[in-house]
Amino acid sequence: MSVTTVQAETSQCLFEFLHMEIVSQLQQEAGPDKKGEVQQRLESLGHRVGESLVERTSRDHPRFKNELDAVVFMCKQFWVTAFNKNIDNLKTNHQDTYVLHDNAFRLLQHLSEGNQYREEAQTYLSFACGLLTGALSNVGIKCQVTAEVTKMPACTFQVKVLL
Amino acid sequence: MAAVCVAVISKQNFPLYLRSVNPQNEADLQFQYLVHASIDVVEEKVSTLGTPKAGQDPREHYLGLLYPSEQYKVYGYATNTRVKFILVVENTTSQSRDTEMKMLFKNLHVAYADMLCNPFYTPGQKITSRTFNNAVSSIFQMSKGFTSKE
Repeated sequence: MSVTTVQAETSQCLFEFLHMEIVSQLQQEAGPDKKGEVQQRLESLGHRVGESLVERTSRDHPRFKNELDAVVFMCKQFWVTAFNKNIDNLKTNHQDTYVLHDNAFRLLQHLSEGNQYREEAQTYLSFACGLLTGALSNVGIKCQVTAEVTKMPACTFQVKVLL
Repeated sequence: MAAVCVAVISKQNFPLYLRSVNPQNEADLQFQYLVHASIDVVEEKVSTLGTPKAGQDPREHYLGLLYPSEQYKVYGYATNTRVKFILVVENTTSQSRDTEMKMLFKNLHVAYADMLCNPFYTPGQKITSRTFNNAVSSIFQMSKGFTSKE
């Protein structure tokens, strides 16, 4: 591994641990049965981060041709900056919906495989949802992002563009 | 080619930052007019993406000379997030080079991105960051350096 990839891995680990701590802290604060509240908090955190991160990552990228171009940028450069990997598959109906598949989502990799914690795992996707809405809204695409765990640690993000 | 005024305009065309070389100067109001007038030209340049002009990449952030006035020349730059940077330079006979302008804008963009990553800054608010202010000062300095070379 080259020096830069080692560095990227290191900061990635730190981010994962920080994220885990944030999730558990928020859960403790909110108490049991307040999953919606926790997810909302995480999303708003992600929104702010996404907004600033996209300004930095798209600095040397030429202006986006269209909506698809912007979403592809999110799947590639943006996702690499945030999670050190690409989105594995992007599907679109060429109207207002984009579906992003990640076959090994970073924030789910430390959770056990199998269906036992599937409900809880949902919370770990909220931050990334917020990240995407923040980034896309800053480049001028108002959208709603929902996430779903398909089979651990794979998940899908559905981006619905609001007109 | 000495830069006399730097402005940052948000995507909703709200002024985030405006600073001229001599803050106590009476020309300040004039700069506000100049910058305000340039917004229309920027919108036009950004929206006519489909019809590229010869010799310029239509997807580039740097928009080139927006318009010249008697005393000043106004240059523009638009980021992917539709934040606009406006630079007003003195209108001298010597031709200012695009590469130099691009470099100034690039520095400004870097400073802006750094500033936005500051957790104490709320996006859409006026820019009061000292680091950003310093970066703008160095841009004024740098643009003076370009003149002496010519």
